[in-house]
Amino acid sequence: MSGSVDRELSPAPPLKLSLRGVRKSYVGRAGPVLAVDGIDLDVSEGEFVCLVGPSGCGKSTLLSLVAGLERPDGGAVLADGKPVVGPGRERTMMFQEHALFPWRTVEGNVRFGLELKEGLDRATRGEVAEHYLRLVGLEGFRRAWVHELSGGMRQRVALARALAPNPRVLLMDEPFAALDAMSRERLYEDLQRIFAARRTTVLFVTHNVREAACLGDRIVVMSARPGRVVGEVRVALPRPRDINRSDVVEHAREVTRLLSVPAGAAS
Amino acid sequence: MRRLAARAAFVGLALGAWQVASSLATSRVLLPPPADVLAWVGRAAADGTLAASALVTLRRLAVGYLLGLAVGLPLGVLCARWRLAEDTVGLAAVGVQSLPSVCWAPLAMLWFGANERAMLFIVLMGTVGSIVLATAHGIRSVPSIYARAARTMGSKGLHTWTSVIVPASMPAVVAGMKQAWAFAWRSLMAAEIYVVVAGHAGLGLLLHYGREFHAMDQVLGVILLIVTLGVAFDRLLFAPVEAALHRRWGTGRTP
Repeated sequence: MSGSVDRELSPAPPLKLSLRGVRKSYVGRAGPVLAVDGIDLDVSEGEFVCLVGPSGCGKSTLLSLVAGLERPDGGAVLADGKPVVGPGRERTMMFQEHALFPWRTVEGNVRFGLELKEGLDRATRGEVAEHYLRLVGLEGFRRAWVHELSGGMRQRVALARALAPNPRVLLMDEPFAALDAMSRERLYEDLQRIFAARRTTVLFVTHNVREAACLGDRIVVMSARPGRVVGEVRVALPRPRDINRSDVVEHAREVTRLLSVPAGAAS
Repeated sequence: MRRLAARAAFVGLALGAWQVASSLATSRVLLPPPADVLAWVGRAAADGTLAASALVTLRRLAVGYLLGLAVGLPLGVLCARWRLAEDTVGLAAVGVQSLPSVCWAPLAMLWFGANERAMLFIVLMGTVGSIVLATAHGIRSVPSIYARAARTMGSKGLHTWTSVIVPASMPAVVAGMKQAWAFAWRSLMAAEIYVVVAGHAGLGLLLHYGREFHAMDQVLGVILLIVTLGVAFDRLLFAPVEAALHRRWGTGRTP
């Protein structure tokens, strides 16, 4: 195995994220809608932070801002102290709909981000892609087309694709929301196994409080329209965690309690 | 195998119906039986008329169609990309497409004379509109999440276009190209019947002569040839591409 493969496969140092007074509105049918307002949030290097809130609280908007796909109307989004000015492969993203490319095979999808990296030859890209497909348990499906996979397998490919360019932050936008409970629970296990072996900063958006308690180091709770941070819950439980364990459920209950506090009364 | 048998049976049935119809017809001249038409095809093939005319027609078709693609594809991209282009070029494309291309024939004759340029002009006007519209539609229908996902992996600008937007729009664009191919045939046949270029008799002109000489076997023979060529090109040019797209997208099966 060549040196460049080893270098590619050793996890990149995680990024620190800081959001300072972030405000973002978009134009809806009935005029401008304030999606998020005055968001302050810090995510330290290698931390797994879950954003939880009712639908329409702007948590996906926050991810787009961190990804650099959109720009804030006010405030600042900082990655290692530097303002985010656009998307980049140090901050890859996973979406609720898998967003895999149907014209590429499973392996072709995982290769996509690698093809944009300079200095990687074909063989290296192949080995790196192979590594990540094995990591998500899909090494036997390299040549399959996306439509031939189940929903859970598609999200596994999406995870491999997002990890392959060796990002320093992984942004996950309700990646398991459309899956059945069984596929979801297997993915919780795999995700914990994968992140135990690499320290990558993760910002994970979900409306599933149990999922957040199972995966996160910290859960940030948001209120609805405009999205504001109303509280947070630290989850200091050992990993791997089982989503059905009573202490995980206990933390989830605390998040639910925070969610039910009216927005005005929280801060 | 079963599908092949079904097709053969269908063609056989159609020939049988034709045979019965011609035996019931008042005049053998107006509706000659299949055997007469096939005999004409055999004669025309033997003396080289058929191959020469088909070649003239296919050459015009290929040049006109490629010209249509060369003009239409970039304009379609432009329409998808810029509102201003959509409001101007796009509008013109809708207009041109709603106009039967034979309407350009009088103009083409006066502008270019009875020559190849007039032919190409008519074919171009018949195809370009549908290519522009299909391309623009195909690109606009690409889910924005593909480009977003690509951009988070470091893709931008031209790369996003060539490796995301273009491949993602292929199913719609190829469908448009296939439709444009059919339009090219229609336009060219109208042009060849209307515009006579001395010494270059295409299949359309053979149709025209067939009518002049009351040679219905010739008219039906040429029609048969056009249909055969149309099916052959569909199978050779488009079917493999469509099959490849269906395999990737998981489409094309009977629901």
